[in-house]
Amino acid sequence: MKSVEIAVVGAGPAGLSATLAAAGQGASVALIERDEHLGGQLVKQTHKFFGSARQEAGTRGVVIARRLGQAVREQAGIDLRLATTVLGYYSDKVLYLEEPDRLAKLQAERAIFATGASERMLIFGNNDRPGVYGAGAVQTLMNVHGVMPGRRVLMIGAGNIGLIVSYQLLQAGVQVAAIVEAAPRIGGYLVHAAKVRRAGVPILTGHTVKEAVGEEAVEAAVIWRLDEQWRPVPGTEERVDCDVICLATGLSPLGELMWQAGCRMAYVPELGGHVPWHDDDLRTSHEDIYVAGDASGVEEASAAMVEGRIAGLAAARSLGHDRDVEEKLGEARRELAALRAGPTGEKIRRGLESLRQGGDGR
Amino acid sequence: MRITDHPILDFKPGRLVRFTFEGREIEGYEGEPIAAALHAAGIRVLRRSPRLHRPRGFFCAIGNCSSCLMVVDGVPNVRVCVERLREGMRVERQEGHGELK
Amino acid sequence: MSAETRRPEDRGPSGARRPGPSEALIRTGLPSAEDLERVRPSAERLTHGAVAVLECFQRIPCDPCASSCHHGAIAAFADINDLPSMDAERCNGCGLCVARCPGLAIFIVDEHHAPGEALIKLAYEFLPLPARDQVVTALDRAGREVGQARVVRVQRPKEKTDTPVVWITVPKDLAWTVRHIKVEVSHGA
Repeated sequence: MKSVEIAVVGAGPAGLSATLAAAGQGASVALIERDEHLGGQLVKQTHKFFGSARQEAGTRGVVIARRLGQAVREQAGIDLRLATTVLGYYSDKVLYLEEPDRLAKLQAERAIFATGASERMLIFGNNDRPGVYGAGAVQTLMNVHGVMPGRRVLMIGAGNIGLIVSYQLLQAGVQVAAIVEAAPRIGGYLVHAAKVRRAGVPILTGHTVKEAVGEEAVEAAVIWRLDEQWRPVPGTEERVDCDVICLATGLSPLGELMWQAGCRMAYVPELGGHVPWHDDDLRTSHEDIYVAGDASGVEEASAAMVEGRIAGLAAARSLGHDRDVEEKLGEARRELAALRAGPTGEKIRRGLESLRQGGDGR
Repeated sequence: MRITDHPILDFKPGRLVRFTFEGREIEGYEGEPIAAALHAAGIRVLRRSPRLHRPRGFFCAIGNCSSCLMVVDGVPNVRVCVERLREGMRVERQEGHGELK
Repeated sequence: MSAETRRPEDRGPSGARRPGPSEALIRTGLPSAEDLERVRPSAERLTHGAVAVLECFQRIPCDPCASSCHHGAIAAFADINDLPSMDAERCNGCGLCVARCPGLAIFIVDEHHAPGEALIKLAYEFLPLPARDQVVTALDRAGREVGQARVVRVQRPKEKTDTPVVWITVPKDLAWTVRHIKVEVSHGA
């Protein structure tokens, strides 16, 4: 059985950053990715990132994916395993891998799980009709494969994903009928909201979708207004002409492997759901397992990249590697704190506080 | 509906190949997910649910959710959102759980 | 918008000099007159020609505008979550920041471009790009058609992944209204 010092699971922004940081310390690293490409969901992010220069601010996600991917391919000491799914983690530090044509095992002194998040469903009538698509699916279809998801889209959710994907739909030549948001306020960055508003897309706060219309696939949607207690107001129904209802109603961390490995998990609504307990080094309750990115709590990709660096550095340090590791860790921790310091980081700060106190923070 | 011109992105599709959907011949680009080729051809209903036989399409498009299971070359439960298209593939709507032959 | 409706959390330690976004902006995505007044350069500065208008009203972790400015008009950020701090006297309206702002929230306005005519430089990430001298539909912040604009220049970036900047002229009274354009697909596409 092959063995490495550090196995990184997931080649999105967090996993790629973790891999580079750990390999930069001289650790032998295996990067395991289910898909056939590097970059995870960065490959469909056509908007420019926020943050500062250290997190590639002003650069589009697609370009960041290319840069990080290239750096990983050029860095010595990385065992790259694409099209490989991790099936489980066992007590002798062994990962079971499903490769395209066979099962394999890999022993790793440390594992970093950067497994990302999955999209949330929303409850409404006919929500299983073809044409009700997750926002990530819409992005994948149009920005990776160059296929229009439809002719006219109703977007559900005015968080950053809903606002950004609406803008991307317009760029791809697809109409956006409206953005519907149940909360009384726009949750995403207001600069993203301004971009879609000036392109003529209304944002209907205090509204939600009642049902999808269409026997075989979406032909329209019915939306209605919510009162102050988030109860639908009968009589306010409105039919919206659309062939896609796009759900941007949040993400849930993908923690299955960490559940299975026996990490202590906690339910923290502010972090998106169940996440592994972890410390400032992104180390979980299992001393050989680290976590980074959305799997540790749903946040922006710029934060995921910094978390990846921290996990990679800390895991390498725990194995005795030290190329100015303390200094680099300190720098990364300061960057992460700065990203979270403002009003938009308030929720994450609250979630992490609750997690540190054991989770289930209600 | 393919995006022919995009302000930010350039698409580099593979070779144009033929495959069948429910016996009907259609075209798609080699290497793209089967679901993308079907969607570009206007096909959104990919299977029917086991009990209520409701039409289903894809939902996550990255292999997480299992909403897009189809029968490909006789094999059921293929996630067509991540399964890559090859020339001559036989793609069929799946009814219910699908049967191993 | 009264002071009580502003969110206190939007006033950070160093951002205390500027209040957060208005409630109307948070509800609709459209800045209020008060929001806009706060980012408008002084009447005196406007008489001296092109100047950047930073329509950035919310404290988010973002700072590329500061490093994009070669004239030191946008101060370096003490806290990355601060609102940008602009010294309009040092701005010459070059527009480098327009293409760099990840939120596409910066516009160059020259109220005195020509008699009765204002110049606006705006980021435009759609196809088709307009051609020079093309007349396009001028849109306001809510996407409403408010008149016509003439394209005087199109700055195409070297890399497709960078942002084009379109220079348009509009009647002077629309200088603070027009923030987007609609380009007819039939023309030159």
